[in-house]
Amino acid sequence: MRIPLSWLGEYVELPAEVTAEAVMDQLVRVGFEEEAVHSFDVSGPVVVGQVLEFVAEPQANGKTIRWCQVQVAPQGVKAADGGDSIRGIVCGASNFEVGDKVVVSLPGAVLPGNFAISARSTYGHTSDGMIASGRELNLSDDHNGILILASMDLDPEVGTDAIELLGLFDSAAEINVLPDRGYCLSIRGVAREYSHATGSKYQDPVGNVKPVAGEGFGLAVQDGAPIRGRKTSQSFILRTATGVDASKPTPTWMRARLKLAGMRSISLPVDITNYVMLELGQPVHAYDLDKIKGGLTVRRSRKGETLKTLDGQVRKLHEEDLLITDESGPIGLAGVMGGASTEVSNSTKNILIEAAHFDSISIARSARRHKLFSEASKRYERGVDPKVGEIAAARVVHLLETHAGAASSSIGATFENFDEPSQIFLPKGFANELVGVEYGAAEIEKVLTEIGCQISASDGGLKVVIPSWRPDLTHKTDLVEEIARITGYDRIPSRLPVAPPGRGLTREQSFRRTALNSLAAAGCTEVLSYPFVSSGSNDLFGDSAKAVTLANPIQEEAAQLRISLIPGLIETARRNLSRGLTELALVEHGSVFIAANTKTPVFPETSSKPSPEQIAALEAGIPQQPKHLSGLFLGSRLGQQPGSKAISAGVEDALQAARLVGQAVGVEFELRQSKPKGLHSGRSADLMVGGESVGFVGELNPAVSKASDLPRTVGVFEINLDALFATAPDSVSAKPLGTLPAATQDLSLVVKSETPAAKVLSAVREGAGELLEEITLTDDYRGTNVPEGTKSLTFSLRFRAMDRTLTQAEASESRDAGVELARQRFDAEIRS
Amino acid sequence: MSKSEGIIQAEVDKAIEAALTEITGSASLADLKKAKGSILGEGSTLAGFSARLGKLPGDQKAEAGKMVGSARSKVTEAFEARESELSSLEEAKLLEKEAIDVTAVGRISRTGARHPLTLLQEKISDVFVGMGWEIAEGPEVESEWFNFDALNFDADHPARAMQDTFFVEPTEQKLVLRTHTSPVQVRSMLERPLPIYVLCPGRVFRTDELDATHTPVFHQVEGLAIDKGLSMADLRGTLEHFARIMFGEDAKIRLRPSFFPFTEPSAELDVWYPGAKGGPRWVEWGGCGMVNPNVLRASGIDQEVYTGFAFGMGIERTLMFRNEVSDMRDMVEGDVRFSQQFGMVL
Repeated sequence: MRIPLSWLGEYVELPAEVTAEAVMDQLVRVGFEEEAVHSFDVSGPVVVGQVLEFVAEPQANGKTIRWCQVQVAPQGVKAADGGDSIRGIVCGASNFEVGDKVVVSLPGAVLPGNFAISARSTYGHTSDGMIASGRELNLSDDHNGILILASMDLDPEVGTDAIELLGLFDSAAEINVLPDRGYCLSIRGVAREYSHATGSKYQDPVGNVKPVAGEGFGLAVQDGAPIRGRKTSQSFILRTATGVDASKPTPTWMRARLKLAGMRSISLPVDITNYVMLELGQPVHAYDLDKIKGGLTVRRSRKGETLKTLDGQVRKLHEEDLLITDESGPIGLAGVMGGASTEVSNSTKNILIEAAHFDSISIARSARRHKLFSEASKRYERGVDPKVGEIAAARVVHLLETHAGAASSSIGATFENFDEPSQIFLPKGFANELVGVEYGAAEIEKVLTEIGCQISASDGGLKVVIPSWRPDLTHKTDLVEEIARITGYDRIPSRLPVAPPGRGLTREQSFRRTALNSLAAAGCTEVLSYPFVSSGSNDLFGDSAKAVTLANPIQEEAAQLRISLIPGLIETARRNLSRGLTELALVEHGSVFIAANTKTPVFPETSSKPSPEQIAALEAGIPQQPKHLSGLFLGSRLGQQPGSKAISAGVEDALQAARLVGQAVGVEFELRQSKPKGLHSGRSADLMVGGESVGFVGELNPAVSKASDLPRTVGVFEINLDALFATAPDSVSAKPLGTLPAATQDLSLVVKSETPAAKVLSAVREGAGELLEEITLTDDYRGTNVPEGTKSLTFSLRFRAMDRTLTQAEASESRDAGVELARQRFDAEIRS
Repeated sequence: MSKSEGIIQAEVDKAIEAALTEITGSASLADLKKAKGSILGEGSTLAGFSARLGKLPGDQKAEAGKMVGSARSKVTEAFEARESELSSLEEAKLLEKEAIDVTAVGRISRTGARHPLTLLQEKISDVFVGMGWEIAEGPEVESEWFNFDALNFDADHPARAMQDTFFVEPTEQKLVLRTHTSPVQVRSMLERPLPIYVLCPGRVFRTDELDATHTPVFHQVEGLAIDKGLSMADLRGTLEHFARIMFGEDAKIRLRPSFFPFTEPSAELDVWYPGAKGGPRWVEWGGCGMVNPNVLRASGIDQEVYTGFAFGMGIERTLMFRNEVSDMRDMVEGDVRFSQQFGMVL
């Protein structure tokens, strides 16, 4: 909402020399957000001039300029810039005649865009000023020639200050009005708020206007199908003005204020309705009375009806749309936009004025349905004062009489069906308890009275009757907010509440931190990707049919939510590579999304706590969103450096990182060679815990790498943290440490090449029994010294007993039992 | 030996002197070992004395034995001293030989980093966990009931229109990408016993195009306290404590009236940031207020007994002004240099 200061000053006292910034500062104190300052940005000597004569001079560039002699001050008087009273000025426009009065910017003037005027040489003359167009003065968008003052019904003395004449001195404070303060989409409301902020005297503009009577015009308000049971309209006022000259210009002061308020001047009748809307917050519609057939009926749309709105679009109406109709059918989409068939034009003689109240939800739905967000719908959506319609209509009639030569007519109609004013009981002490400030009773009563409430003492508190323009006040806490904001939030003291003893981070939260810190300490860089991916990307590592799809994605090609974190890491890797960052170890933690059933949910009422069954039903419709942790590794793990060559990253990096994650939660993964989708078929494995897969590790399928402009070898891992955490031990039970000497042995077993080493190791461990304290794989040899198709796995074994020093014979016996099991399972033979 | 002879002091002294000369003259541990053989080994002068001792008449034995024993211990002491001297020298030489340019020593692993947005959420969580609060989380794809209805957003509220919210297909499911972390507040109120003091950090979504100051995916942290007798003074006190930990002891906060459907009264929150680039100033930080009675009612909390306050702020925004990040895109593009300039600290 933009507030021209001269306008604001009509209804609340402003300090002399007040600035828009100062007004905004005050309004911020009572809950508005400051947006911007608007002004005409015109300064210096800008005066009324009269064209005495001109010579048209065709130019080589095809243009014709006019070399004009312009009188800019009365004969014998110095001009506003101290120069001569007659000036030679070059003008490119041709829409004026000798004798026309125009606006002349003299040297020293500054026009919008910081355009400084000076005497300058052009087209062979010294142009001693400039004749201005409406657009150059920021007054209109009109650039088809210069501004002729007669066209605005102005005939001022030559030399008159045009800034004063045209209202270009004014400026406006733009504030953001929050959705609960619909009444502040008006000068009336903002003036009241300014008065709250400063204590300045406020005069309600409503008091300045005398209602005019009107009856006899046919009107029916049908409320047969209210939306959500809400009354469709509390008032509907029709008035008429006859003998209008709609072609008359809009007065300059009104034009300037509308312009500063951000509205285009359209025609005098429309400008007047807009002006009254800005002043009172009441949308007003003007119809060409002679184009209306019969009386008006306000009703919901019928199936199949259409309406051509003022913007020229033919709109298919919905049965919930509220319409203004006459005998011909719809002539307006109530509260949103009028119809083309009854539009006011320059030849309009008689005008029907509508100032109505409509239910906010009905209008909001129509505006959204037709994507028509007009100044009127914006106000209705936030709530219009149902009682101001009659005043607004009278104000429009009065302005039409004053400026358009109209005569008021006694024809009109008045429909009123007001709600009872709402009442709120404010218990004594409630505001003090909720805000923590000791408000005095007098103070509370003063605030409530100032905002327009009627108060009376009631048992243990105040009975508060809410003013018609404050539909937002529905609960005692709303009144508390009014008390707190108007007396100032600065008064709220500070007190630190003591929470009951807490339990710290949850197990999962701690695990997550440890895992991410371990990975960072091990050289991984944490990144955060968007979860939006294409269905193709989802299909790389899973099934896009199980993914969640957005109805309104930012990019159509990334309309799904991820089912794996790896596509996001691939994108991030690609971006880093394009910036020359070629050694990457990326990790990301975040949710993935698996679609749930598609039943339409039944929402519980919000008037009480939903039942466990209702909540369970809601939850059942929400997608599963397990937290995943993934990593991607490419380039060199270590670049070349003194004493060592570069080491390439690959599956080892991914496996090491995955193991760190396992370690962070006290779990050791078993690996099961596998072929996860999207991965290298021979270089991948599932990460197993207790026989269940919780993720995978491996290298990207080189085809995937290639398609994403990544190098061929890219190590990746992905772990479902929710699944992993579920397997994590609650606590670790320490085992006693054997302190007697250990016996160590090496063991080489020959097995088929395809036998997984991890399985052989497990077999040896299982067979060797409890004396085997530790076993590690130390070599995997394939080559000339072992038979074709086999490999030699060398293990280092450490044996220890708790109660005695082991002999080598005992250790060998245990080892042989391990070998035997490996032989049974995998035909393992001790390498000779 | 054919004949026993007396052992005289001069003879022993001479042998000692010869031995000491040889010991101190040894330039290496190897030389010293050789010298030890010639001085104390078989056929050495000192060994000769020992052999002669046995043949001496009984009355001379004691005195001569003392002489020879003292000679042996003098020589042995000298050996040990020289041995330790030489081994120190040789160790020193070895160290010199082993010296390398430590500044040229390579790395054995990469250098990693946490993302500052996650670090900041953890830091904020720690502030509140330290006060006894707990950290609550919830789903990112959320039912409109939790995201809007239960938070007093009327079904016809403009914020539910298409321009802000990501909707899931088919829209009859009434699922959205949560537009704020406030649904976690609702879930906390439904699930947790009273009183409640929880902090809800997490990812949220709005349909903004990515530019220097907007991103469709961002993070918030919200706090919720429900207890008997809580007022806006408790809200202010909590926020002040929080601000001081985040921005230094001189930080302070300012509340301005505002509107949110789920709080009443509502306020905008500004923080006075003493360390701001270009000098201390007020910075818009977030929103807050007393929990709207309609929200309490939807969660089954008796509004005549309990009151509550809530606050929320953007993590990205906080990071931007606290750590002088000037472009939103740096936080979301995953350029590793961005995280790496933070490492593990903020």
